[in-house]
Amino acid sequence: MAHSKTADAVIAGGGLHGLSTAIHLANAGLRVVLLEKDRVGRHASGANAGGVRRLGRALPEIPLAVAALDLWKNIEDLVDSSCGFQKSAQIKVAEDQKGLSTLEKRGQTLRDAGFYHEEIIDAKALHDLLPRVAKHCVGGVIVHGDGHADPFATVRAFHRKALSLGVNLHEGTPVRDVTRVDENWQIRIDQGLFTAPHFINAAGAWGGQIAAMMGDHVPIEGQALMLMITERLAPFLSGVVGAQGRALSFKQFNNGTVLIGGAYQGQVNMSTGTTTLDMHQLAANAQAAVAIFPLMRRARVARAWAGIEGITPDSLPVIGPAGQGGGFHLFGFSAHGFALSPISGRIVADLICGTHNNWSINAFSHARFPNQINASI
Amino acid sequence: MLRIARQPTSIVNFYFAGILIEAQAGDSVAAALLAAGHGVFRITPVSGAARGPVCMMGVCFDCLVQIDGLGNQQACMREVRDGMRVEPQDGAFDALPARPVEETP
Amino acid sequence: MKDHYDIAVIGAGPAGMSAASLAADHRASVVLFDEQPSLGGQIYRDITRQRAADTAILGAQYYHGKILAKRLAASAVEHISSASVWHVSAEQEIGVTVDDEVAHLITADHIIIATGAQERPFPVPGWTFPGVMNVGAAQILLKSSGILLPNPVFVGTGPLLYLIAHQYLRAGGKIAGLLDTTPRSNLRAAVRHLPAAYGQAEQLWKGWRWLRDLRKSGIPFIRAVEDVRIIGTKLAEGIEYKANGSWQHLATETVLLHQGVVPNVNLAMAAGCAHQWNDTQLCWHAEVDKLGHSSVEGVSIAGDGAGITGADGAETLGALAAIGALTRLAKIDRNACIKLARPLHRIQSRRAPFRRFLDTLYQPAAQFRLPVDDTTLVCRCEEVTAGDIRAAIRLGCSGPNQLKSFTRAGMGPCQARLCGLTVSAMIADELNQPVAQVGAGRLRAPVKPLELAHLAALCDPE
Repeated sequence: MAHSKTADAVIAGGGLHGLSTAIHLANAGLRVVLLEKDRVGRHASGANAGGVRRLGRALPEIPLAVAALDLWKNIEDLVDSSCGFQKSAQIKVAEDQKGLSTLEKRGQTLRDAGFYHEEIIDAKALHDLLPRVAKHCVGGVIVHGDGHADPFATVRAFHRKALSLGVNLHEGTPVRDVTRVDENWQIRIDQGLFTAPHFINAAGAWGGQIAAMMGDHVPIEGQALMLMITERLAPFLSGVVGAQGRALSFKQFNNGTVLIGGAYQGQVNMSTGTTTLDMHQLAANAQAAVAIFPLMRRARVARAWAGIEGITPDSLPVIGPAGQGGGFHLFGFSAHGFALSPISGRIVADLICGTHNNWSINAFSHARFPNQINASI
Repeated sequence: MLRIARQPTSIVNFYFAGILIEAQAGDSVAAALLAAGHGVFRITPVSGAARGPVCMMGVCFDCLVQIDGLGNQQACMREVRDGMRVEPQDGAFDALPARPVEETP
Repeated sequence: MKDHYDIAVIGAGPAGMSAASLAADHRASVVLFDEQPSLGGQIYRDITRQRAADTAILGAQYYHGKILAKRLAASAVEHISSASVWHVSAEQEIGVTVDDEVAHLITADHIIIATGAQERPFPVPGWTFPGVMNVGAAQILLKSSGILLPNPVFVGTGPLLYLIAHQYLRAGGKIAGLLDTTPRSNLRAAVRHLPAAYGQAEQLWKGWRWLRDLRKSGIPFIRAVEDVRIIGTKLAEGIEYKANGSWQHLATETVLLHQGVVPNVNLAMAAGCAHQWNDTQLCWHAEVDKLGHSSVEGVSIAGDGAGITGADGAETLGALAAIGALTRLAKIDRNACIKLARPLHRIQSRRAPFRRFLDTLYQPAAQFRLPVDDTTLVCRCEEVTAGDIRAAIRLGCSGPNQLKSFTRAGMGPCQARLCGLTVSAMIADELNQPVAQVGAGRLRAPVKPLELAHLAALCDPE
């Protein structure tokens, strides 16, 4: 490799957001380099539940989720593959009146802001839709037209599309350092240097480290969020189910296996990029699952795992221009970034190419975190 | 099926697909079924292929049967009990409560 | 069951029984978990309840297990049977379900994993038909229930194949044939280990006698079999085999396959213990020191689970692992450790040449580890063929984890026990890389399926 190479844009991070950015930039005719320290999709992108939802999103994310869902419905146009995307209703059940009123209040907040996708359903409607849900559930909220996709198939499709568009993609290549030289970013890797006017930090749970190299302070924590998958079960559920007041996500795939997740954490080792499971927390996740779906009591967990998610203090992503010109942040999706991946790269590409757009991304600015005087490292 | 000469033990009666089977105390369900000439224990969820026991030690998961209404039990890891009702495992595990099995005279 | 023990031993075969007894002798509090209802592991299966009238059928080597069981019963070891261990962590936490009823999370100051061996997968066309079993399954049926399968054809290579066929002869069972897949070239390679193996002359003589008896018995005994296909429509109906350039056929409803045993690595790998590829035994060996300590502090691996060593070797290594654990826990001092360990190390090293001889002579041929016929099922649980796997590799799957995500191979209930070695070998073969570089698929708890209600009950109730 030559000592110094130029490109139009260099991206740090080969997860779905980095790949999405690469694809949109390449489609706009830019020469793109993507640097991934492990393998593409190795972390959060390859280990998540594959949910594509508008349900339950923080208000500022909703327009992004709506735009993303439009892309998911025609995802073949973007990446030449269906990515296993399927429409499926997303439902959040309420276990008592208090939970139901919380959902109703939120529904009102959304309607006031012009969003009508979340629909409250009563006990009868809930039990008609979900005949196996626990009898004590009193109602819930449903979003029709949400869906889910296959994370592995999605990563594979985005990866292949990026390569086919001529993206210069390097795996096993961590970014060592980043500096400004005149109007350009200089990105140092073990084998040399890249120089480009645009540098995009899509480094996921490691995004805080890259941001610091760029002179921006972004607090972010790597968390090992655990997932469990069961043996194949006879079909009993369509749709993706969560519960108000509990961290639970629950869905049954076409092959009959049921994926159970939530916000239950294992331990994470950021330097080796590995996770260990916490059995007590996994037990709590199982408890939530059988509380909502009692028929699952005798079903068996076949495997459990945990990916590394980058979680910000307010659980909102960091999207937008960095402190210094030509730099951009696109990370910190806090365990709900999968759905936004087709659109996240488009937002950054629009900013770089100056394409007319009306993305409201102020809520995601890196500047929202109070600055600290940088320590020596 | 032939058994070598052994010190005697008690007889255990159980049912497989409604058929009465005579086994010996200490037999695993898998051993008792094989001894009675039943080699097909399950139909796979993926392709509906017939499968029977392979390893007899809990490693292969091919000997799955339904025992007293609970599916996906490894027949080689469970000992026979009087009155036990065993059914072939038909595809994926059915989490819904089992319908009562028909009594056979 | 207590919440905590000094030493927890997992597996009640020769290694586990030996380790637990010795540890308890030195006043450690010891629990011994085993998933079977009674002691013995596989090699000494049902030793405490054996009812065979004629002890000559199972043979003297089997009944040696009684001594181990007796010693254990006389000790202070808490033996918990029907206990399925699904989790061991680097912090010495153990997840175990007892009697299929209640799950527990307990801890120990030191854990000895003695989960033994399983038979190597033998993927040939038709190997999934009912009626096709491992030769070890036939031995378990004989030991536990006295059952002789009708007219089986024995297929494969390795001492266990000949032992069990010989046990059938002794028991008066009828054998339809023995198809020996040992490559002719193996004998040339193994012969050079023979002189050093002279110390185990009795074992050599015993093996030779089995083979002689089998050849003289009049059953079809075919050597240097290069290829096999099991045929049938829904069940096994016969086996076709290629030897000396031509295909022949034997009618049978029972085929017993065997090409050696390999360590049962799932629990140790999920606990994070480092393993390395062994090119002679063609399997993963745990990285352990001379006292069984693995790469994870506080976790030891003893017996066939670390690398195939046979029943006697497992007994010795179990004792050594207990000595290692006792030393680490300061239950015995360094001098006692050396005094106890030295004679055991000597005994074990004397066994090594014979082991090398066996490993070389009975190393399975490549065509039986890497299915030639693309229609052969590799992942039995998820029904993924050799052709599916080769296609996935050509589409860019460069490792077992990617291959698992792409094809589902390894995602079934057996958790890659029956396909993992084949998958790693096929990737190595297609990509022209050493298996050590390809690696094994990532294994995690629970290593046995775990009921959600049992897992949930580990929490405080809501």
